[in-house]
Amino acid sequence: MTALVDFELREAGDSALVLALPERVDPLLNAWCIAVAGALRDSLGSGVRDVVVGYCTVTVYFDPLASDPAWLENRIRALAARVLRPSGSGGAAVDVPVCYGGEYGPDLDEVATFAGCTAGEVAVLHSQTAYRVYLLGFVPGFAYMAAVDPRIARPRRSTPRTTVPPGSVAIAGEQTGVYPGATPGGWNIIGRTPVRPYDPSRPEPFLFRPGDLVRFHPIDRSEYLRLA
Amino acid sequence: MPRLIVIRPGMLTTIQDLGRWGHQASGVPVAGPMDVYSHRRANRLVGNRDDAAALEVTLIGPELEADADVVCAVTGAEFQIDAGGTPIVRDEPFTVPAGARLRFGRRLAGARASLAVRGGLDVPCVFGSCATSLISGMGPLGGRALRAGDVLMTGAAPTDAPDRAGESAPLRLPQGGARLRVMPGPHRHMFTTEAYDRLFGSRYTVTPDSNRMGYRLAGPALTHAAGADILSDATPIGSLQVPGSGLPILLMADRQTTGGYPKIGTVITADLPLAGQLAPGDWIEFAACSRQAAIDALAQQERALERARR
Repeated sequence: MTALVDFELREAGDSALVLALPERVDPLLNAWCIAVAGALRDSLGSGVRDVVVGYCTVTVYFDPLASDPAWLENRIRALAARVLRPSGSGGAAVDVPVCYGGEYGPDLDEVATFAGCTAGEVAVLHSQTAYRVYLLGFVPGFAYMAAVDPRIARPRRSTPRTTVPPGSVAIAGEQTGVYPGATPGGWNIIGRTPVRPYDPSRPEPFLFRPGDLVRFHPIDRSEYLRLA
Repeated sequence: MPRLIVIRPGMLTTIQDLGRWGHQASGVPVAGPMDVYSHRRANRLVGNRDDAAALEVTLIGPELEADADVVCAVTGAEFQIDAGGTPIVRDEPFTVPAGARLRFGRRLAGARASLAVRGGLDVPCVFGSCATSLISGMGPLGGRALRAGDVLMTGAAPTDAPDRAGESAPLRLPQGGARLRVMPGPHRHMFTTEAYDRLFGSRYTVTPDSNRMGYRLAGPALTHAAGADILSDATPIGSLQVPGSGLPILLMADRQTTGGYPKIGTVITADLPLAGQLAPGDWIEFAACSRQAAIDALAQQERALERARR
């Protein structure tokens, strides 16, 4: 545990407040946001409608006719001041099998060209890092993870696909993620996993939580088909 | 309980309640009605709770057949409507007789009507809500809009429903456009002063590339002070996010939970129902608003909803 964190409180309209830290992809700042979000959920109870973690923000949604915003600001400041900066990840370890390239990874070759290496080397670089889940967003179960090796950190595609197959594993700059369902998407698709990030039939429908540490491991096509 | 059979679905008719709150941290969008005021009002007119599931009708309305007498109310956008050939007066409860069809005809004003039935629609909930989220395919009917042949069950009318329908004030519908009040921020520091002058001094148009997720606006571009990317954070309804093009997008009911573009301002909650009644081609003018004025406006709107029959 180290020093407290400096933050700013910003208005996002009349029904949301944003607690904002210095804007950078930083595991410690994000861990603090997750801890603060937990403290706010526990302490503010029915006074708030939702608490959402960003990379370096916590957004609190409330009904301004039920909770006075000035009072809420003071409560948030007081509660946040009591949260120490966590030292570790605090999340679970999650293993995600991926079949890289081929029909499952239509953009793997472009990422390889970007990196100046082979497709196989991209798969190695992508799977040898443990990624932190910074936040979930976009659609149910989509986890924003970082940080991708700078060599394969190809920026998002200029024209997004209108639909991306569920389970697609993709890269956008230093971020990586797994598409939970068939949605539009602009990230570079390098492979596919048979594991579903969101499955309402599981006791725990969401595979990832903010703060988790995720490792991808390469599988071949027959293994993919066996697991799918 | 009476059932409604979908004969024609209309352009985009979805089942909505007051939204799926409390799970945005897992990426679950809120969804809910584009015009919350009219949704609540339609429910009150038929003796339901505010959060009962009702239909949101978009631009071209549906045709529905009732298999038993069913009490309904329509609020929000103004359409020519008949039930079994009898013209229906908007903003009052009416009965669709058994075997008759409720038909939406020509649209006269506004973009979206709320159609509530007594007892609400009896549909399964996901994470405590039966709102339809089109982007995530979550909600009743697998998270999609109505199709011909769908059968909608109605629920039991609550016995404890407060008698508060009365003559609450209908939402004033936009006539070709609307003036929306905006609180600056949360990324005020990422825009130039000129960008704010332009936002509050120009007229924007809702483009055809607009939907329940958001309205893409045409008009003067807004200049970023430093870059058009932020690290993804939460995206409240009413946010005016500004991508690299400088053309703002007004985030609406079906927005994603997070986004990576800076937000120059947020339309106040009291003006969101009006925003929800805008259609492609309509104009928008933005006016700066303080937090206190925004909350006063919301309290006033709540009183208009509560106003009882005299």
